[in-house]
Amino acid sequence: MTELADLLEHWEPVIGLEVHVQLATRSKAFSPSAVKFGSPPNSLTDPVVLGMPGTLPVFNQQALALALRLGVATESKIRARSRFARKHYFYPDQPKGYQISQYDEPLCEDGHIDLILGGEVRRVRLQRIHLEEDAGKNTHTGAVSHVDLNRAGVPLVEVVTAPEIYSSEEAAEFMRALHRLVRWLEISEADMEKGQMRCDANVSVRRRGEDRLGTRTELKNINSFRFVQNAIEHEIARQVRLLDEGQRIIQETRLWDAERGASESMRSKETAEDYRYFPDPDLPPVVVDAPLMGGILKSLPELPTQRFVRYQKTHGLAADDARTLISERSLAEYFDAAVKAHPGDSSGRMIANWLLTELLGALNADGKTIDDTPMPAARLSELIRLVEDGTISGKIGKEIFEESYRTGEAPLAIVERRGVQQISDEAALWEIVEQVVSANAKQAEAYASGKDGLFGFFVGQVMKATQGRANPVITSDLLHKRLGR
Amino acid sequence: MPQLTRKEVDEIAMLARLHLESDEALRMQDELGKILDHFLALATVDTDGVPPMTHAVPMDLRLRPDEPAASLPASDAVRGAPAREGDLFVVPAIIGGGDK
Amino acid sequence: MSGPTEWLSVTETAQKIASGEVTAARVVENYLARIANVDRELNAYLTVTSDEARKAATEIDRKRAANQPLGPLGGVPIALKDNLVTKGTATTAGSKILDGWVPPFDGAVVEKLRAAGAIILGKVNCDEFAMGSSTERSAFKKTKNPWDTSRVPGGSSGGSSAAVAAGLCAASLGTDTGGSIRQPAAFCGVVGMKPTYGRVSRWGVVAFASSLDQVGPLTRTVRDSALVLEAIAGLDPRDSTSLDAPVPRYVDSLTGNVKGLKVGIPHEYFDATIDDEIRAAIEKAKAALVERGAILVDISLPNTAHALPAYYIVAPAEASSNLARYDGIRFGKAASGAKNLLDLYMKSRGSGFGPEVKRRIMLGTYALRSGYYDAYYKKAQQIRTLIKRDFDKAFHHVDVVLTPTTPTAAFRFNSKATPLDMYLADIFTLSCNLAGLPGMSVPCGLTVDGLPVGVQLMGKPLDEATLLRTADVIEAAVGLGNRRPGGRS
Repeated sequence: MTELADLLEHWEPVIGLEVHVQLATRSKAFSPSAVKFGSPPNSLTDPVVLGMPGTLPVFNQQALALALRLGVATESKIRARSRFARKHYFYPDQPKGYQISQYDEPLCEDGHIDLILGGEVRRVRLQRIHLEEDAGKNTHTGAVSHVDLNRAGVPLVEVVTAPEIYSSEEAAEFMRALHRLVRWLEISEADMEKGQMRCDANVSVRRRGEDRLGTRTELKNINSFRFVQNAIEHEIARQVRLLDEGQRIIQETRLWDAERGASESMRSKETAEDYRYFPDPDLPPVVVDAPLMGGILKSLPELPTQRFVRYQKTHGLAADDARTLISERSLAEYFDAAVKAHPGDSSGRMIANWLLTELLGALNADGKTIDDTPMPAARLSELIRLVEDGTISGKIGKEIFEESYRTGEAPLAIVERRGVQQISDEAALWEIVEQVVSANAKQAEAYASGKDGLFGFFVGQVMKATQGRANPVITSDLLHKRLGR
Repeated sequence: MPQLTRKEVDEIAMLARLHLESDEALRMQDELGKILDHFLALATVDTDGVPPMTHAVPMDLRLRPDEPAASLPASDAVRGAPAREGDLFVVPAIIGGGDK
Repeated sequence: MSGPTEWLSVTETAQKIASGEVTAARVVENYLARIANVDRELNAYLTVTSDEARKAATEIDRKRAANQPLGPLGGVPIALKDNLVTKGTATTAGSKILDGWVPPFDGAVVEKLRAAGAIILGKVNCDEFAMGSSTERSAFKKTKNPWDTSRVPGGSSGGSSAAVAAGLCAASLGTDTGGSIRQPAAFCGVVGMKPTYGRVSRWGVVAFASSLDQVGPLTRTVRDSALVLEAIAGLDPRDSTSLDAPVPRYVDSLTGNVKGLKVGIPHEYFDATIDDEIRAAIEKAKAALVERGAILVDISLPNTAHALPAYYIVAPAEASSNLARYDGIRFGKAASGAKNLLDLYMKSRGSGFGPEVKRRIMLGTYALRSGYYDAYYKKAQQIRTLIKRDFDKAFHHVDVVLTPTTPTAAFRFNSKATPLDMYLADIFTLSCNLAGLPGMSVPCGLTVDGLPVGVQLMGKPLDEATLLRTADVIEAAVGLGNRRPGGRS
């Protein structure tokens, strides 16, 4: 879209994201009703969830713990005493006529998430992370709607970024980073298709160089990663074109329609809902004290961006490899386990290579993930050691890998059983080199007179004679000696 | 501040989803206005630095262990509903993006 | 044993059933017969659970015969205000919008009463959603004061106070948000106790104002009040505002000794307009205490005048929020023929709620609107702190505070011209709820017209024991003794 690219030279998009993440608890935020995706309608309710008269909320300890993990991982300021607030609006999926959320005194503020863009770390500030409960589901079918309250009351955190995202690509990357982080911390499955992570985007544009923010619109119903980038891109384009024509942006909420690839105005925010927030009198303040924080800190794994740095600094990995390894916690942990079983300066790069190429390749072909690997880290490490110390050649190593992966047999045992140890004995190899050159006098002459390509033929012959076990470096050396160049 | 306008009465009734007949709305305007007038006195009380009341006996939030309990059978959940279809609550459709 | 069991106290009823002197079945039948006879006039009951009560009585008698423990309230028939949730029994909170709702669970106090062996006789009338001071705001019935049926029984727990006063139950549980136990208790000549906020669980109380509501007993004697309170008090993990504090044997506090008890007399209350006969009865109560060694101490509660406006902001604000769930979708009544969703909400709530409830929802919604929150709700919450501080200061010098419960005796039906006039009936009782303190009303005389007068005692947080001790002495000295309403028996 050349035209758009031109326009974007003058107009800067400014994006803020509000992301709701479902916390992976077994029971709901304020009642012990179970949480389970895909259950029969209204089978996961109790009088509290239904908002029946006389019912009261009691807060789930695990929801607090999971939210705190995120607060710590984002280096947020965590309030020692935070409060729940009631957010009032009438809608059939909100049984009490209000949502229990947080307003004035949220759990976390002023944190950040670091994005890795082009090998560089870029920081996006978070205004707040707060706790709230989810609503049920309304399905419209013509003249009526059906209401299922299974999801009502599931605990959520709402993550609100500062308006510091400047392109749809960054927004998508933020979502990926947050997705990775919450899965890493094991606080949410964050499957967007299951609605476990939902994104609303506040989008505005301003002339480049200006400080003031333009009028923003709120974009809702973005329920997959693909749509994050598309929807925001579309909205930026829409706004920029309008402004270029001299028109005004109306502050409104727009619903993204993935099928049409366009958004539609929902209602004007000028008659915005008055939520009448006030502190929930049924819930005393949430207290976060030193012992609780101590437990949270102990439960935290090393975070992705910390590992990204460590993998490059300590293990000398390329940024791309480091980035792949941190894309999943179990992948990074596999790497760490393999390194631990295999001390050595350059082992990191080699392990990363084997892991990312051979192992992931085999797993992918099987439709498996690192979580179901039939080859534990220690075994891969053992195999790599055999190649490193010259017991087998790299080429043989790949064959051994395949067999060990399939059968589970230890690499050393396979090597010994198949007798494929590398031959590195110079004297023995010299004999074979002699035999091969003598048996191929014509080629030796051709090589001597300048046919460089024949060198590979001789290497191949030596390999054939040794069932591939000849040490390639030594073989090459000896051949050069014997052939004269 | 107080003396309510008719417009305000209508706005509040809408926020609270209360249908008021004309005469009700008029009465409400009068009665609420008088009550609110009576409360003007509060504005003069010095509450600088006074924290809002929480609990007579101060307490922190008690937490509940994350143990799921038995749910109500779906049939019981919808039993008292004025309109239902199978195990789902039924409501009329929204018109023109009215509520949300 | 024959003869009326309906006037037995809770204490006596439990004792006589435990000793075998009378069967639980007999006691229940007597009450049911009296209800059938007398309640046609008084309209205290909305639902009489005769089958359940008879079954429960049979079970108590079976246990008695088998020498099994009956519980501290074994066989005692109790009526429950209809804003207390009862499993399998209609619970309306006095409102059309909940007409026909049968809850699938029991409230905590109901569970505790059952566990103590008490028998639930039925649900009694109240102002709609407990909002009112006369029970005239019930959507269903007009409960009358047994002492004078042209007068109100008080509210919102008017059904409770009338039933207890008229011998239609041994005791009743009501709720008190701004005086709704104490004021009707005073109007009907019975003992009414509002415990410290958090002392009794609110699980199963149809919420009016979450930070003010408390359940409490209405009984014919102070001793009964102590017994019932002990049965219903205590930590409930289902209520996050429930206090984790041990429940004493309240009857042990009824020592009859008030020597050296310092009784605070707040001049702001006594400077207000109070009927002469009320004053006179209160003076008798004060004198009785002094005679027995108590010391009266003049105190000041300077923020008393702000209690009324603070209450009428906080309570309606919280009510407007708590009543948002009544929408005709999951339970209760819906308007028929709604054209769309908005229509469903507007019409169900518009027709399901009565005028007083609507008025308070409007008031509360107004107070919580953005832009108004600081000036109204937050301000009122700050005033509550000031009121509490007044009491805290006073309690450095006194053990208990004594005031009239109401400025007048029971008024006639339809005598309050405006809502504000009705609100003014509560001026003496409101502060107690705003400060979260325990408060009691105990009868201390009759007016010339034969209308009961109540004296109010307020105490330190969790010090119900001192209130009971003081009330017990007042009751012995100037209580109504064997006087009963209307000469009926």
